[in-house]
Amino acid sequence: MISDLFTATVLIGIISSGIRLATPYLFAGIGEMFGQRSGVLNLGVEGQMLLGAFTAYFVVLRTGNLFLAVLAAIAVGALMGLAMGFVTIRLQATQGIAGIGFYLFGMGMSNLLFQKLIGVVENINGFPILKIPLLGDIPVIGEIFFQQNLLVYLAFLLIPVAWFILNKTTLGLKIRAVGENPEAADSLGVSVVRVRYFTVVLGGILSSIAGASLSVALLNVFQQNMTAGQGFIAVALVYFGSWRPFGILAGALLFSMVNALQLWIQVLGIPIPSELAVMMPYILTIVVLALSLSKGKGPSALTKAFEREG
Amino acid sequence: MKNLYKVLSVLLVLGLVLAGCTPAEPETSEPVVEDKPLRIAIVTPSNINDLAFSQSISDAMITLKAEMGDKLQYDYSENMFVVDDAAAAIRDYAQKGYDIVIAHGSQYGSSLQEIAPDFPETVFAWGTTVDTFGQPNIHAYEAASDQGGFVNGVMAAMLTKTKVIGVVGPIETGDAKLYIDGFVAGVHSVDPTIDVRVTYIGSFSDVALASEAATTHLSAGADVLTGSAQMVIGAIGKAQEAGAYWFGTQADQTSFAPDVVVASQVYHWEVIFREIFALRGEGVLGGKTFSANLKNGGQVIKINEGLNLDQAVLDKANETIQGIIDGTVTIP
Amino acid sequence: MSQSTKNSSSPPKFRLSAIFDALMPVFATVAALLVGAIFLLLLGANPLTAYSALIDGAFGSFNAFAETLVKSIPLLLIGLGTCIAYRGSVTNIGGEGQMIVGALLSTWIGLSFTNLPGWLMIIIAMLAGSLGGAIWGGLPGVLKAYFNVNEILSTVMMNAIAVQIMNYMLRGPMIDPVQAQASSQIPQTARLEVAYRLPRLAPTRLHIGLLIAILLAVAVYILLWRTTLGYRIRAVGQNQAASKYGGIDVKKHIVLALLLSGAFAGLAGMMQVYGVNYRMITDGSSTGFTGNAGFNGIVAALFGQLHPIITIPASILFGGLLVGANAMQRVVQVPSALITGLNGLVVVFVVSSEYFRKRNQRRRMAAMEADHDNAPPDHPGENLEEVPA
Repeated sequence: MISDLFTATVLIGIISSGIRLATPYLFAGIGEMFGQRSGVLNLGVEGQMLLGAFTAYFVVLRTGNLFLAVLAAIAVGALMGLAMGFVTIRLQATQGIAGIGFYLFGMGMSNLLFQKLIGVVENINGFPILKIPLLGDIPVIGEIFFQQNLLVYLAFLLIPVAWFILNKTTLGLKIRAVGENPEAADSLGVSVVRVRYFTVVLGGILSSIAGASLSVALLNVFQQNMTAGQGFIAVALVYFGSWRPFGILAGALLFSMVNALQLWIQVLGIPIPSELAVMMPYILTIVVLALSLSKGKGPSALTKAFEREG
Repeated sequence: MKNLYKVLSVLLVLGLVLAGCTPAEPETSEPVVEDKPLRIAIVTPSNINDLAFSQSISDAMITLKAEMGDKLQYDYSENMFVVDDAAAAIRDYAQKGYDIVIAHGSQYGSSLQEIAPDFPETVFAWGTTVDTFGQPNIHAYEAASDQGGFVNGVMAAMLTKTKVIGVVGPIETGDAKLYIDGFVAGVHSVDPTIDVRVTYIGSFSDVALASEAATTHLSAGADVLTGSAQMVIGAIGKAQEAGAYWFGTQADQTSFAPDVVVASQVYHWEVIFREIFALRGEGVLGGKTFSANLKNGGQVIKINEGLNLDQAVLDKANETIQGIIDGTVTIP
Repeated sequence: MSQSTKNSSSPPKFRLSAIFDALMPVFATVAALLVGAIFLLLLGANPLTAYSALIDGAFGSFNAFAETLVKSIPLLLIGLGTCIAYRGSVTNIGGEGQMIVGALLSTWIGLSFTNLPGWLMIIIAMLAGSLGGAIWGGLPGVLKAYFNVNEILSTVMMNAIAVQIMNYMLRGPMIDPVQAQASSQIPQTARLEVAYRLPRLAPTRLHIGLLIAILLAVAVYILLWRTTLGYRIRAVGQNQAASKYGGIDVKKHIVLALLLSGAFAGLAGMMQVYGVNYRMITDGSSTGFTGNAGFNGIVAALFGQLHPIITIPASILFGGLLVGANAMQRVVQVPSALITGLNGLVVVFVVSSEYFRKRNQRRRMAAMEADHDNAPPDHPGENLEEVPA
């Protein structure tokens, strides 16, 4: 029966599902990466995702306008990011705990708003599958890679864009400098505060879009607590990826494809307990990271508040 | 709340005094004063609009309220998935003098066992289970979800063309397992060669994973799907996209995907609660076990009229339902 | 004149503002609840009724206070673990998983050996619970120290893994034989022997776990500040390079910090089973068993300034908030989602209030220094280098 796994249908299915499942991790992970690179840890990603998911869904439900929905999600994410930034940068609060607080707040608010403004679970018409002309017609590959949702494409495009920003632009240099040695950056004239606010707000926006990708693109529905912990996985994947965009991509794909694999294992009736199958992505992520040799060192100033001397 | 309680207590005292003053009448007394509203409290582990478990008890209360109007008043505490918090809630409601406290979660048993003896006047209803701990004021109720599962399975077997059916479950326990086991049995009772694949995704809330589970089933050749718990909305969505039939449970899922939902096993807990109210009126506060099944209407297979199913399928379904009610059809 | 400066009114003022700062978390909580009042009003609830119900539900009666204390026990234990982890400069957000594994191990032992004297089994169970949690915390420790795997990643993953192990065990090998037969198939274990259950204090749900936890708080204080081990953990937490230079095995102490932290969480799990429910039961999620103690315990430690002794009142107060909030929900019938949101607001406000506390502390230090500068030197020539402000 294990041999059943090695058929084309299964492999296509795993990669295809993996790509879809990875999408929210990519958005949220990159957002978190920028924040952490500048020295700020945000554990509230889950709350931002839920609020973003609800906002986008609500807008589509009421107006049918997908573009507006994404804008609304961006706005909400930016607000959450701003709040997080104020608390951790201006008030220099303990970042980890502040994040947990925002997570609880975001979860509570999204549920409350859903109950009071909508109240019933119903599906909507979200982003449709966008088949890329020509490329989408290639057998097998076309089906997997080029017949996905717009937001899926954006998530994957985000990776090289993030890499470029981080490594090839002045902004990226500033971000990295602020995360490594804020005092030195400050003495060179970089506004540590402004850079950190920027990355944290960006992180909020991307987390919000991650949530929106679930509710108005991939699943076309909203339900309370629908992210089920994906926000925390996204944060974990930043560490897996050593704070590098392509590392995060690798992590997101590894986790998601193993998740897709375990579903196939169950579907094909391979006799392992369902709980063991469900565990697989989590175990493998740890094992792969433990065994990987190229682990980057994190930003030295991560979680350390910055205070201007003098 | 406090004021209401005061008023009710005054009424009760007045009533008792009056009763003491009236000349003796033949004993048809009901120990409960009838003109004050019945106060019910519900403690449930998930959201009441989850289109699944907790929604079912909420729907029941709404129905009862519509029937009884002002004679019924209910409050609830949802999302009590922490047993400790639920225990505190149950005790609190009992202490506040609610007539009936419904503990709508199988994990609340231990708490009830401790709390119920402290409040002998209160009726406690515990679902979904069969154990009353021998307590005179605990009722137990459950849903014979394997029955509905069986009927769904029978219909599914008749509708599948690929002979492959997929099931998306949360965790391999409790109500979900009961339903799914019944479903598989139902399918095989019609055609033992049909391949029924079951996936448990390990979570009640991960909609994305449920959606991919459905996609996986569909890629593996399934053309009929079913599942349990609130995250299945992800699966239903995929079924709708692929045009695969869906069988639902715990709530009427027709409105969610009217093109593909064939039937939903819906719980009508109110059937049980009407009995519980009546028993309370007679002074019986507990000790009975109830089952929401096809026979007493506690369970109903709600078929999607809009789908215009083949008459043969409908006939077989009705025949199976009747068979279960009569006892001629048994579920392994 | 100098004498009067020394004995000026600063000392009494100083003490008052210090007390004000120590109570800062309380003020912050009040501020958060005031914001929450807006939401209550929007939902049609009366904030006064609501908040008086909250206080009533937390502290308003003997029973209510007992409930608060019961809630605070896992918070305190995990808070103590957090203190240790913090001092060792590791972040342990694996409390949820460690609690579960500790509970599983201690429950399994309690169900497997049913003929031991109660007091003996309780001790064994406590050790087993701590061991389970220690393993589940020590593993991330080893992964961090020897494989450079960040502990936030490993603990997040291991939380999820622990839930699956719990689900499997409780519906499989450890399921209550009664349930295995019944149609209800509830994933729970059999009940523990009556003799094994933690004795209760007063006719309430409060069990002796509270006393054990308080004793442990004192023990943690002693460990961290009065033992070599504690010193080394703190040294590694402060400065890994310097510690290494000073001859301390850095890796070992990173592992130890996480291991000890996990042990406390595991003990909290054991207490939930042996002191509260007398069996282990799951609803498939981790919070269903732990009640979010894994996260709330961290918050409680923060409210306690990450000091083991102060974490005791902090846990009780935070526990009261959680219990009271649920009571409030029942009285004004607002959706539980609001309670979660309020929980989050309180955390954010309290964590933000640190800023004001630190700022006031600095002002006080500066004021003290200024006072000192103005006083005459005890020995001539002492202050010659210092330029008077």
